[in-house]
Amino acid sequence: MRIDTPNTLETIRTRLKKLDAGVKRRVLVCSGPGCAASGGFKVHEALVKEMRDKGLEAEVELAPCLERKDPLLVAITGCQGLCQSGPLVHILPDDILYTGVKPAHAADIVEKTLKGGEVIEKLLVKDPKSGERGKGRADIPFYKGQKYIALEGCGRILAESLDAYLAVGGFSALAEALTRTPDAVITEVEKSGLRGRGGGGYGTGRKWRSCVKAPGDERFVICNGDEGDPGAFMDCCIMEGDPYRVLEGMIICAHAVGARQGYIYVRNEYPRAVKRLTLAIEACRAAGLLGERILGSGLTFDIRISRGGGAFVCGESTALMRSIEGNVGEPRAKYIHSVERGLYNKPTVLNNVETFACVPSIITRGAAWFTGIGTPKSPGTKAFCLVGKIRNTGLIEVPMGTPLREVIFGIGGGMLDDRPFKAVQTGGPSGGCLPDSQLDLPVDFDALTRAGSMMGSGGMIIMDDRTCMVDVARYFLAFLLEESCGKCVPCREGLRQLHAMIENICQGKGKAGDLERIERLARNIKVGSLCGLGKSAPNPVLSTIKNFREEYEAHIRDKRCPAGVCRAITTFRIDAEACTGCMLCVKACPPGAVTGERKQPHVIDEAICTRCGACRMVCKYDAVKTV
Amino acid sequence: MQIFIDGKRCGANQGETILAAARRHGIDIPTLCNHEALEPIGACRLCTVEITHASWKGWKGLVASCLYPVEEGLEVFTASAPVVELRQVILDLLLARCPESPEIRALAASHGLHQTTLPLFVEADNCILCGLCVRICDAQDYHALSTVNRGTTKEVGTAWKEPPADCVGCLSCARICPTGVIRYEEDQATRTIWGRKFELVRCTGCGRPLTTREHIEASRKRTGLKDEYYTCCDACKKKAVSDRFVQVGR
Repeated sequence: MRIDTPNTLETIRTRLKKLDAGVKRRVLVCSGPGCAASGGFKVHEALVKEMRDKGLEAEVELAPCLERKDPLLVAITGCQGLCQSGPLVHILPDDILYTGVKPAHAADIVEKTLKGGEVIEKLLVKDPKSGERGKGRADIPFYKGQKYIALEGCGRILAESLDAYLAVGGFSALAEALTRTPDAVITEVEKSGLRGRGGGGYGTGRKWRSCVKAPGDERFVICNGDEGDPGAFMDCCIMEGDPYRVLEGMIICAHAVGARQGYIYVRNEYPRAVKRLTLAIEACRAAGLLGERILGSGLTFDIRISRGGGAFVCGESTALMRSIEGNVGEPRAKYIHSVERGLYNKPTVLNNVETFACVPSIITRGAAWFTGIGTPKSPGTKAFCLVGKIRNTGLIEVPMGTPLREVIFGIGGGMLDDRPFKAVQTGGPSGGCLPDSQLDLPVDFDALTRAGSMMGSGGMIIMDDRTCMVDVARYFLAFLLEESCGKCVPCREGLRQLHAMIENICQGKGKAGDLERIERLARNIKVGSLCGLGKSAPNPVLSTIKNFREEYEAHIRDKRCPAGVCRAITTFRIDAEACTGCMLCVKACPPGAVTGERKQPHVIDEAICTRCGACRMVCKYDAVKTV
Repeated sequence: MQIFIDGKRCGANQGETILAAARRHGIDIPTLCNHEALEPIGACRLCTVEITHASWKGWKGLVASCLYPVEEGLEVFTASAPVVELRQVILDLLLARCPESPEIRALAASHGLHQTTLPLFVEADNCILCGLCVRICDAQDYHALSTVNRGTTKEVGTAWKEPPADCVGCLSCARICPTGVIRYEEDQATRTIWGRKFELVRCTGCGRPLTTREHIEASRKRTGLKDEYYTCCDACKKKAVSDRFVQVGR
């Protein structure tokens, strides 16, 4: 049905809300990247089959629920956040969150919970400290400290359904925005203080304003979904879990800046995001929410998907635009901003997925509401992906200004296996590593930059004492070396040299003066490179040298990797006093370098040992030490 | 408008780059990827200069002068300490890539660098990926060349590394290459470049190689000039005209 006026929108919404309210119970199965990989779709399939077999009126979509007396919705959602414990199944209104669900659990869930109203204890998430099990989102510490704006619908509503989005108030922000002048919409966004969530933190309203001011007869809106930082999947989850919110943000932007064509640049490695965005765009076109005279206004706007080929550098705005144009994805200098000369040399607004996802709420709830969250200079919330040596790997959204400690030890549940915290890497390959002395840092754009890291798009990699910071620097350099477009000399040749220097240190071939040479080269790559990739590429090296200099020195001077990662300069030895002779390491050692009798201290034969660390990983008594 | 280059007041035109203004005033800024006939891309970064402005509250930064547009009152430093250091590093990096290139060696030597301080990463040829060949081909609308791959595996090549269908054998790429990497061969009747053989057309006057048949065809289509225009070389054309003057004079 075409929604061609604001009145029709409200009529349809009223009907859908009634329909939604009539759903007595809903079983939401997570299809986020983690849960999908661990079998979320199979769980969904099994649940549907089991319910129907047991005579329950199970529906997978909202609309057919209308014809049911006692409808039960069993639906696919986007990421529900607690990826570590997936596949997740959330049952409402009971607020029961089942974790680690397998298709085999379907019978139990249907019989005990859905029919019997009983909670299955073993499927509840267990707090490793207290040993207590949390029943639902309301009881689980992971969810408690969070505040959702960009992720408001992600994991809660049906991922592929326009009806579901409309039922929770979708496109009311667009209807509201269309009653205002473009100027008033921009002023609202400016007042909200929303800053670009892609990492730069540039004022969104300011960007829109500059685009309007730029002379030109044609303007473009681009959504940057080319998320490529290792360990980051926020944008992926938003595009998969709540695609309509992103589209709504883009349409509002089009109204504000006067664009007729929009693009979503999304990497082809996100097939589910591409699929769901395509479905969402088609549904919006069919409903008249994209196309000519949207909601009866003068706005004509359409969105196309441009699929990226997987080059990290195409997340850089100017390279992205060249890629959409069909050219080689190489950045250009931004001395003339893309708001003036962007895609096809026309004024262009480019914002990140999460930024667009924040816009609808700002319009409906107002700038004052938004500035009431977060910090004065970084209002609102930020989505992060917690990965690495942390208990609760997953997707979170917290108010800006939340201390790192709260994010990692509160929401994140602390360190995996209770190992000591060593560093957190924020900002992706362009960011930096912060040590424990920075744990009380509030997470916002300016604080992270001052500390020598950056917000970036929101990947947060947590590292423990068995992570070698030199190796971390080498990893990020290797990534960037491969992903550099190769256009300018400092980035292409400089990163190759920098990587070789760090590699040398990891091999135990470092010399006195290396750090100074590295710092000089890094400094010049930063100032000399053409685009943001090169300008920020030395950050992981510089921040680890700044915060973990002694570890570099141990590698260079003592030819020793304290964390036991760099194989060439690692020696493992078993502490005879700590060893209980449990034989675990003897069995785990691939080349058979560990020997010993039960209940006798074991010994590692250095000549055979390959320094893989398997013995250390399995040891429950921390008896395997680095020398 | 007025800008200041190394403290010297210089007139500059709206829309021109720092590099263009500097060159007009005889101020030398080294470049490798720049050519007056082509759009600048800022790839070699050798032309980096330091800029500031009275209204920037002390902020200064490094920019590529081949791309940065001038503005009233801009202060430019072409040899400040950070600029000199960056130039040294860039030349050092290029030397490590092509230590045998006479052109790079000469340029580095003129900046006091006689050999690289870095480990060598020698590529098969002396290509520095300045992109001039690609740009000159694009500027003439032939589009036979492109950079392929990225990062350290980037190279200049033809589509699928096959003899390029769009090439006319005009030699623009070979002639613009600052390090002389692009090779071609000629014999009596043919010219071979990028793996493709072209029919060589010789001047009807002096018999020296004029250009290829494909180049002539492409040019004739575009310009609409008569066939005779393409039968002899510039020198012979001049000679023919002057011969005619002489005859008329008699």
